Amino acid sequence: MNLPRHGRLWLLGALAAVLLPQLLRLPPWLIPYCLALLGWRLAIDLRGWPLPGRPLRLLLTLAGVGAVLLGYRTLFGPDAGLALLSVMLCLKLLELRSLRDAMLVIFMGWFLVAGGFLVDQSIFVGAYLLFTVLLLTAALVALNHPAGSAHRDYLRRAGLLLMQALPIMMVLFLLFPRLPGPLWGIPKNALSAQTSISDHMTLGNITELADSEAVAFRVQFDGPVPPADQLYWRGPVLWITDGRRWDPIRRESPPRWFGEPAGHEPLGEAMRYALTLEPHDQHWVFALELPAAVPRELTLTADFQLLLSRRLTARQRFELAAHTTYRTGALPEEQRRLALQLPSGRNLRTRELARQWSTLAPAEIVAAALAHFRDQPYWYTRRPPLLGDDAIDEFLFDSRRGFCEHYAAAFVTLMRGAGVPARIVTGYQGGESNPLADYLIVRQSRAHAWAEVWLEDGGWLRVDPTAVIPAARVETETDLQRFRSTSAPMLNVDLHWLTRNLAQLRYGWDALNNAWNQWVLGYNHLRQKELLQRLGLLRFGWQGAAAMMAAAIGLVLMVVALQLLRRGRRPRDPVLRLYERYCHRLERLGLRRAPHEGPAAFARRAEGLRPDLAPAIREISALYIALRYGTADSATALPRLRTAVSRLPWA
Amino acid sequence: MEALLNQVITQVGSVILGKERPIRLALACLLARGHLLIEDLPGVGKTTLAHVFATTLGLRFNRIQFTSDLLPADILGVAVYERESGEFRFHPGPIFAQLILADEVNRATPKTQSALLEAMEEHQVTSEGETRPLPEPFFVIATQNPVNQIGTFPLPESQLDRFLMRIELGYPDVAAERALLAGRDRRDLLAELPPVMTPEQLVQAQAQVRAVKVSPALLDYVQALLEYSRRSPHFLTGLSPRAGLGLLAGARAWALLAGRDYALPEDVQAVLPHVAGHRLQQVQSEGARGSEGLAVWFNEVAIP
Repeated sequence: MNLPRHGRLWLLGALAAVLLPQLLRLPPWLIPYCLALLGWRLAIDLRGWPLPGRPLRLLLTLAGVGAVLLGYRTLFGPDAGLALLSVMLCLKLLELRSLRDAMLVIFMGWFLVAGGFLVDQSIFVGAYLLFTVLLLTAALVALNHPAGSAHRDYLRRAGLLLMQALPIMMVLFLLFPRLPGPLWGIPKNALSAQTSISDHMTLGNITELADSEAVAFRVQFDGPVPPADQLYWRGPVLWITDGRRWDPIRRESPPRWFGEPAGHEPLGEAMRYALTLEPHDQHWVFALELPAAVPRELTLTADFQLLLSRRLTARQRFELAAHTTYRTGALPEEQRRLALQLPSGRNLRTRELARQWSTLAPAEIVAAALAHFRDQPYWYTRRPPLLGDDAIDEFLFDSRRGFCEHYAAAFVTLMRGAGVPARIVTGYQGGESNPLADYLIVRQSRAHAWAEVWLEDGGWLRVDPTAVIPAARVETETDLQRFRSTSAPMLNVDLHWLTRNLAQLRYGWDALNNAWNQWVLGYNHLRQKELLQRLGLLRFGWQGAAAMMAAAIGLVLMVVALQLLRRGRRPRDPVLRLYERYCHRLERLGLRRAPHEGPAAFARRAEGLRPDLAPAIREISALYIALRYGTADSATALPRLRTAVSRLPWA
Repeated sequence: MEALLNQVITQVGSVILGKERPIRLALACLLARGHLLIEDLPGVGKTTLAHVFATTLGLRFNRIQFTSDLLPADILGVAVYERESGEFRFHPGPIFAQLILADEVNRATPKTQSALLEAMEEHQVTSEGETRPLPEPFFVIATQNPVNQIGTFPLPESQLDRFLMRIELGYPDVAAERALLAGRDRRDLLAELPPVMTPEQLVQAQAQVRAVKVSPALLDYVQALLEYSRRSPHFLTGLSPRAGLGLLAGARAWALLAGRDYALPEDVQAVLPHVAGHRLQQVQSEGARGSEGLAVWFNEVAIP
């Protein structure tokens, strides 16, 4: 075995760190298999066990491949491929003899690290994988260090190597030609959509509203953030109902639903903002009411939804604008028909109630319905009771307990019953601003449903019936209450402080995640194009980008090479560097030190030639001699030397 | 100690006029526990120099005049049969002293030369199967006439390596010569000189030399010099590791004489021609150079 022991142990440790995230995802029977191989290698290194013979290795290999096949039914594809690579990496350890084998293992390790990004691209995983790269590089350093050194030295050198690679990494990241669409072969689950708002709603079959803290999207306003009661993020608009379930007008419906909407007349300035939407595997893009400018890849429907032509499978940033005050135009006949549609024979009690109002003016009908919700004992709860087929009737007259969907659906049903065109809008309401960074977070728990009615003089008008429920009739369970119920009472004193800090921490973490999403993961072909445009390189196309990249890397390499050359010539010792600066300044004064001239001899000569500088020369020479050849303490003498040299006159 | 050593230099200089640098080098050689080779024409004061050093330092002094018929036993001593006791008794030769002047060492046969040089190296004498230590401090000043004179056996390089330094005295300058001619007889002067140091103080000074600090930067320079001597086209062979050690020892002694407890590149440069001169074989076609010329070559080495 001609590999140094410390190098082998480093290699083993680094590989264990690399394999850890892989092991967690392997089929259960592969975990002991890999751990056993790692343990075997440890016994070889520590206890001097012999390496296994060829037949045994062959058997183990076949068993490993079989185990992968058993778990994935294939050897191809990212998941099975990574599993197979992990298995092979562990097996290779059993025939680790020469430096060549060790290098191979380290390269495989790096490959496995890169493979880890196929599975998860979060900032945590990124940091961990970077750490394993450092460990692998340190193992490489240790393996090439026959005499052995302090562990810190390996890490420091590896860190230095990675730092040197950083500029090249940056150039590749920014300029390597990017393809539109997700990277080939990335498995679906890497971009899996979170549960989000769906394209329909059914009353009464949800008995508990999920309270997900997952982020739906983040928003950065160009100007000030509008007040919370204007922050209605518009999603699917629901028109068609069977009395219980509400559906949108499908995309497959007549194409005239798309393209130019009925139009709206803005009142006031447009508000510009950037919205970064988490992937939800749907077409719609949530936008502040009402969307003004429409980016090219989006379409604005007649009911003011922004739609993407493909499903959103990756986080994406949209530059949008909105008019929070507006007036829409006339109502086409087909829309009026759909906005008054009600199933026959359903929710008869509700329709009876609405009929009593039908003689009133439309605005008065709206007011009457809102007053009804406000004045009657309606409760807001996140845990409503189950409802049957006549869901609206049961809610309005029996249970009187529900959340936004119930109120919006009941309100729209009442409006339609009274002859006022109405529809349900789903989306999100509000958002919390991150105090540590300038943006708004909208979480899944902000999901909301509200209503729109069409009035003769204003067009479509937003009405949020949930908002009229007085606070006293809201059953809420805040985070704080939930936290209290699970913690011991003696902690109560500190709770406020604790929750405040937890909130602070969460905002900081979200800000970090947002930056990561925006600038690292979100750097796609569009943003690359934007960057190239800003650099004025767009007209050269991707060939230009590639040439630019090659040039930039060449430049980086040249800088590094120059640095290395200079380091070869320039001393790194601070004492010597200061002395060289001193010699350089004297040279500009016409006093050139011969290379073989000792410091004392040079000082004597220089003092003779420039008596005016004699005190400075004497002091510097004495300090330099004491530091370099004598026994001076560098902690005190070095700063003195530095100041003395800096006081020397220029030319 | 520095004052004492300067007093030594002053006193020796009062007899050997105008030769402060050779005197300093000789004292440095002595402090570095090396032996000294003086190569010069007859009559420039080689013998007087050795004598005045011995007197000033209070050392027991013996002079051995080397001739072509001198035998090793004439230097080391001989066992003589004594009739009264009926046994052989060792009669120590002139080498049993603290400062030996080996005058005109290149006139003796190689056999005799090597007897002296082995005693110098070992600081002991083996005769009739018995080993006898030589007194401490032990210091040999050998003089040699320039090689091109008739009737000499030039010392081979291997033997020259035993000498830490080789110095030349050269003719005195006009003023010094005038003072010499006008002054009193040197022999009378010598007889009146008081010792300035005791041998114990000298041993102490030698210990102090060994304690002089040599920094890594200085070692870099010494190594660069050695490397240069080995690669340079001017020399047939380079300096040996022993020469390197001698260079450092000489530089340390030179630093102590300057009153410093650390050595500088200048110290190395001061002793370099005298430590390296007799050890290096120069390429014949260029003609031999003296120690000054040697220094010029070594100036090609930059101080790191």
